[in-house]
Amino acid sequence: MAHVVVDPITRIEGHLRIETEVEGGTVRDAWSSSTMFRGVEIILKGRDPRDAWVFTQRICGVCTTVHAITSIRAVEHAIGANPPPNARLLRNLIIGAQCVQDHVIHFYHLHALDWVDIVSALSADPAKTASLAQSISDWPISGRAYFTDVRARLKDFVAGGRLGPFANAYWGHPAYKLPPEANLMAVGHYLQALDFQRQFIRMHAILGGKNPHLQSFLVGGMATPVDADSQNALNMGTIAELSKLVASARDFVTRVYMPDVLAIAAFYKDWAGIGAGVGNYLSYGEYPEDDNPNPNMYLPGGTILNRDLGKVAPVEPDKISEYVKHSWYDYKGGDDKPLPPFKGETSPNYTGPKPPYERLHLDRKYSWVKSPRYEDHPMEVGPLARMLVAYAYGRPSRVKELVDNTLKALGVGPQALFSTLGRTAARAIESQVIAEKMQDWVAALAESMARRDYRICDNSKFDPSTWPEECWGSGFHEAPRGSLGHWVHIRNGEIVNYQCVVPTTWNAGPRDAHGKRGPYEEALVGTPIAKPDQPLEILRTVHSFDPCLACAVHVLDTERREIVKVSVV
Amino acid sequence: MRLKESAVRAKLTAKGREDSWPAGWAELGVSRRSFLKFCASMAAILSMPPAVAAKLAESIEKAEKPTLVWLEFQDCAGNTESFLRASRPTVAQIILDKISVNYHETIMAAAGQQAEDALAKTVKNHAGKYIAAVEGSIPTGADGAYCAIGGKSALQVAREVCGNAAATIAIGTCAAFGGLPAASPNPTGAVAVGDAVPGLKTLINLPACPANAENITALLVYYMTMKQWPPLDQYRRPLFAYGKLIHDNCERRAHFDAGQYVENWGDDGHRHGYCLYKMGCKGPVTFQNCPVIRWNEGTNWPIGCGHPCVGCAEPNFWDKMTPFYRHLENIPGFAVGTDVDKVGLGLTAAVGATFAAHGVIEIARRKLGHGPDQGEEGRKGE
Repeated sequence: MAHVVVDPITRIEGHLRIETEVEGGTVRDAWSSSTMFRGVEIILKGRDPRDAWVFTQRICGVCTTVHAITSIRAVEHAIGANPPPNARLLRNLIIGAQCVQDHVIHFYHLHALDWVDIVSALSADPAKTASLAQSISDWPISGRAYFTDVRARLKDFVAGGRLGPFANAYWGHPAYKLPPEANLMAVGHYLQALDFQRQFIRMHAILGGKNPHLQSFLVGGMATPVDADSQNALNMGTIAELSKLVASARDFVTRVYMPDVLAIAAFYKDWAGIGAGVGNYLSYGEYPEDDNPNPNMYLPGGTILNRDLGKVAPVEPDKISEYVKHSWYDYKGGDDKPLPPFKGETSPNYTGPKPPYERLHLDRKYSWVKSPRYEDHPMEVGPLARMLVAYAYGRPSRVKELVDNTLKALGVGPQALFSTLGRTAARAIESQVIAEKMQDWVAALAESMARRDYRICDNSKFDPSTWPEECWGSGFHEAPRGSLGHWVHIRNGEIVNYQCVVPTTWNAGPRDAHGKRGPYEEALVGTPIAKPDQPLEILRTVHSFDPCLACAVHVLDTERREIVKVSVV
Repeated sequence: MRLKESAVRAKLTAKGREDSWPAGWAELGVSRRSFLKFCASMAAILSMPPAVAAKLAESIEKAEKPTLVWLEFQDCAGNTESFLRASRPTVAQIILDKISVNYHETIMAAAGQQAEDALAKTVKNHAGKYIAAVEGSIPTGADGAYCAIGGKSALQVAREVCGNAAATIAIGTCAAFGGLPAASPNPTGAVAVGDAVPGLKTLINLPACPANAENITALLVYYMTMKQWPPLDQYRRPLFAYGKLIHDNCERRAHFDAGQYVENWGDDGHRHGYCLYKMGCKGPVTFQNCPVIRWNEGTNWPIGCGHPCVGCAEPNFWDKMTPFYRHLENIPGFAVGTDVDKVGLGLTAAVGATFAAHGVIEIARRKLGHGPDQGEEGRKGE
């Protein structure tokens, strides 16, 4: 039995450590540990709730925007603010752009190197690479000259003898299966995706001033003025520019990202049977389509248990609770019982080894992440959960079409979705669905402008003197990495308590009091390992979740205050 | 078949990375013209006369490839993401290619032991020569257990890596000043890199939340071109990016001087680019070049899109500049005797008094000293 530790897990946001027991070329057991902690919630106490989104957005700079969106939703819920339709459209566009851009970066820059061997690309034939690229897509940048150029760049880079970020990797590992030409094609698209993300995210600068960390959110609406007749506001020129950017995203996703995922997946079909994990899925739903208190969501919310796509149930946030049995926190009533977020009791107590250390105390507490559960079930959240819930509901129909097309293209059944490969494919499918949908929101914004509807914020609730003396609220959001919830308690215009339950907490959490593994841990069990000193396969499954540890670890409440009551939308 | 890197290298007839134009860079798809354009814009960011652009181009072409390691501690990776958005894309890529990034957790291919080996090798083989870039604050509480990488505490890593570097660049407000984790009540005892590892030979702070990609690139270009680091202010920020107030370069300044203010979100003034002072703008007390270089390929900036500046490039802005929507004269914590920036203090008083009296204000220009050791003097202009 070999004890394999991977620390740091790179190509993620934050600090993650994975420990595994490997026997007979297979992972027998796994432990997921987060090793960084900041304490954002306690910093929020006593502050102006209208400022909270600026703070929480800094929980993560990779999934920037998501904690800002969730925060303003929570505060708006608490104080009873009603953002106007323009604010909803601007937010949907920002959320959609974040989703597509983040998924593209994840696939090409964080995940692809688990499947693509850059060194092998050096021996590719550019002419054959061009044929391959042209056989899977009509994307125009696919000629022999282009791939000759990419190979020359790569050779030049390697010849320089300074491999920089590509040094010391697992190149030549037997688990790499792509032919040299597919590797070269992927390297070309790695570079093109760098350009794409940079240009496409200008959309966030237009709507939010800058990216990362947009600065146009407001409790009650948005700060981006809308006026067809002003040069200092979003106008028809902006609409044209947004349209163009949205079209570029649709183009890149449809003609590069999706074909690449299908082409690469075809060589790794065995990974459709690896990395399934807990088999329970949760999505809160996203992209409100109207301005009612309980709006219709373009991507519906729901839960699926035991991989049963025949049974999808609406989300009941009251069923969420968190364990700290294996996390560096204490509960007053003991660590064996979970607590719901609205009774969010959290006090840190580091009992792990003093750094520098070799091994964590895996039988005791071993992570800064808590273990959230839904009706005591560990749940996977993220693009796969969202696509499965939409697929199970049969709406929107575009999800069903694209999922069926993908399964057909790979010649596999729906059970293949519950896997490492399924997670990676779901991310591409979602990117396409949302890149297509964004044009509708741009059009709706243009119609709103044409009607001279320039409302962007519910100004009637911006002044704290208009708020109830004491109020509670919750906000929910589907971030690129999954279900995100914030809970806030406000008294006399100040934050009394703030709680977040975030995507990577759901996915990366340690065991609960019953010893039930979290989704990462469960997904790793059974993973084949060809070379324990080069655990490439562990990276594949962990990266398929798109870890974001800065998000996961921030909960701290040294005063052990309770939120006594919370109402949930 | 596994192709070893050394074998690959031997096989390749290394006609070399001479990088003489156009053999090296033309292959990377960059024209001489776009490169010179880039150099011209860099010269502008660095406040150099246009004639310098040609010299800049020559220096970058000849410069040796410096080695850089990028450490992430209590961070959100926002500065890494910002760096990925460096504009003038293809040319910025060259700049990236002119630097050997030997360690960067978010982008590197290697993981675990192999990643740590890459770092250790750089520290050993390039001791005293490499540049350490740091993102995120460093926690001092719980014996360092609030942030551990490869089993070592952030403090242990920082001491070793920054301690052996030729220069350390603290990128973003967390690394430069402690930032968000250090905001009151600072639950983890988070500190800036300069406080965690005192006595660093060369330390440059590039605050802002996140730091603007163009300023990161410009700093590296400055170093490669001038063979020295730029003059700094008292907070060790380069003058080329932090030498002027946002307020002094703001496109809405005329509205401020004319007493035209946004009163409500979406009102007529808001829709016509009036001054955001009354909505809480911190531009009058924030030193940063946002209005000049803007963000994301020069597309926009926060004030440009209608939201007040939050002062993110200033020390302790999470405590000093909040509540964000209250305008400056009422900010608690700006009273005499508290530990605040002297310039900020002066301006706050001036803004409050004058604004209350006349609705307009004139801000005296500061005199800035030059040279890294004159920073203290440089900020005493008032």
